[in-house]
Amino acid sequence: MNKIFETPLYPYTHHPDEDAETPVRHKTIVVGAGPVGLAVAIDLAQQGVPVVVLDENDKVSFGSRAICFSKRTLEIADRLGIGQKLVDRGVVWNLGKVFKGDEKVYEFNLLPEQGHKRPAFINLQQYYFEDDLVARVRELQEQGAPIELRGGCKVTEIDDCGDYVALEIETPDDTYDIEAEWLIACDGAGSPIRSMMGLDFVGRVFEDNFLIADVIMHADFPTERWFWFDPPFNPGQSALLHKQPDGVWRIDLQLGWDIDKAEEKKPENVIPRLKQMLGEDAKFELEWVSIYTFQCRRMEKFRHGRVLFAGDAAHQVSPFGARGANSGIQDAENLAWKLALVLEDKAPDSLLDSYSDERVHGADENILNSTRSTDFITPKSQISRTFRDAALALAGKAEFARPLVNSGRLSVPCAYDGSTLNGPDTDALPARTRVGAPAVDTPLGQGWLLDRLGGRFQLLTVDADAPDRLDVGGIEVERVAVSAAGNETLRERYLGDAASGVYLLRPDQHVAARWTSFDETAVRAAVAKATGRDK
Amino acid sequence: MSLNTKPNLPDPDGFYADLLSAHEGLSTEDSHALNARLVLILANHVGNRAALKEALELARATV
Repeated sequence: MNKIFETPLYPYTHHPDEDAETPVRHKTIVVGAGPVGLAVAIDLAQQGVPVVVLDENDKVSFGSRAICFSKRTLEIADRLGIGQKLVDRGVVWNLGKVFKGDEKVYEFNLLPEQGHKRPAFINLQQYYFEDDLVARVRELQEQGAPIELRGGCKVTEIDDCGDYVALEIETPDDTYDIEAEWLIACDGAGSPIRSMMGLDFVGRVFEDNFLIADVIMHADFPTERWFWFDPPFNPGQSALLHKQPDGVWRIDLQLGWDIDKAEEKKPENVIPRLKQMLGEDAKFELEWVSIYTFQCRRMEKFRHGRVLFAGDAAHQVSPFGARGANSGIQDAENLAWKLALVLEDKAPDSLLDSYSDERVHGADENILNSTRSTDFITPKSQISRTFRDAALALAGKAEFARPLVNSGRLSVPCAYDGSTLNGPDTDALPARTRVGAPAVDTPLGQGWLLDRLGGRFQLLTVDADAPDRLDVGGIEVERVAVSAAGNETLRERYLGDAASGVYLLRPDQHVAARWTSFDETAVRAAVAKATGRDK
Repeated sequence: MSLNTKPNLPDPDGFYADLLSAHEGLSTEDSHALNARLVLILANHVGNRAALKEALELARATV
């Protein structure tokens, strides 16, 4: 069977840049055509910024890899034009069950709050996510957007020359030089760009191995997340079962530290383990098997001169909590609008330092959560195991112990509390839509609020007056006027007890400042602050 | 019921992390001793014999 991840999607072709007398300089070059690289490139191209994506391969990623995509990722994907495709392809799930041994300790429902266009999570193989992104690149190209995708291009040298970055590219034909005003490194946890620049990537190594298997199963398991502590089929360790589209199931088995990886990966060793788990008669085929170890670490800064790091290249977390790809997509959306403004000379390049500050804050939050989950799942000391087992034992009997059980705290969007870009806030409006937080979706007429937000600075007025447009030094702020009359969800999320609200929103839908009424001087000052112009 | 078994702890993950870090580097024996001191400290703070009796029963029932 010819799988999607075996088909070259952007095969190498000889490019005129290779024959140029002097190196061709591009506005932006993205290295790495994974989910993060493609997302940032699409975002830039949609804003009219020319972008070239380089990747040493020419296919989507092999095996399912990232499988849980969060609501925030889907909202960003809506802005990138692929949200609906992802949701149509994906599996929506809400129910999680936690077992100790073969006994169910408790179950949780993600309890999807009503009044959002997108579900809390979908499960979807990373290769489908990438496939939809590549299709979107092709669509943008047909519309004449300045976006290029070059496969078979490996970066072998990088030199930050102050006002541009010089790259040497190796292709199947030869090597050539190319330049970029700005370089975005999305080349994964093992980032060759980071290594070539000699930058540190420090953090904590977890001494554990996990076997990950994608299994095509002909069985009627429910669409739920099942997590086992110390299951009979993997004594003393943990296990996870999660559904993906096409009857593919993700199985994750903790193996411990002292194992022979090559041996464990052999089908003759994997299959008996899975049979113990799924039952002797279960009919399944192995699609992909991998053994991974993980680290929780990040770069000290995500901006180094004219090179910006995003996704796994900048930070790495354990897989518990779906915080890898989802945080990378938030990096992409944070970076794209800032870079676009800098390239248009509408903001100083110091705005890009706020990319690093805000996303380092996001990475720290993710590392903290994923480290805590990992410490709970794989206790590193006897006393740690004693407490974990105590929490599990009590969880079945006493409700208070359930929030202590940590089988992964699922990714929630990052709020940029304390960011230097944040303007004034007011306690008169609800906490969840505070300054720094991403705008919260709400039904609006026949559609959704978030479908009307993003891609530019906007002034959301809720039962408040304001001009339809405001030009702030070349940045146009467009008003989105809504009313909470007859829309209790909007009232609860954007007004609370206040009679009116005015929200300044950044192009990434995060709240930059808010007031209970419009004040032109204050809005102008907040736009200046949110674009780093006030320094 | 005088024992509250409903969730009552803000930031449970943060508390759990503090709990484990209090034990970091201790021998099993020292950890037991720490737990014993902790139980006595918390019991005094609770200060309600009926609640403590129920807590002891709940803990014992989950052995």
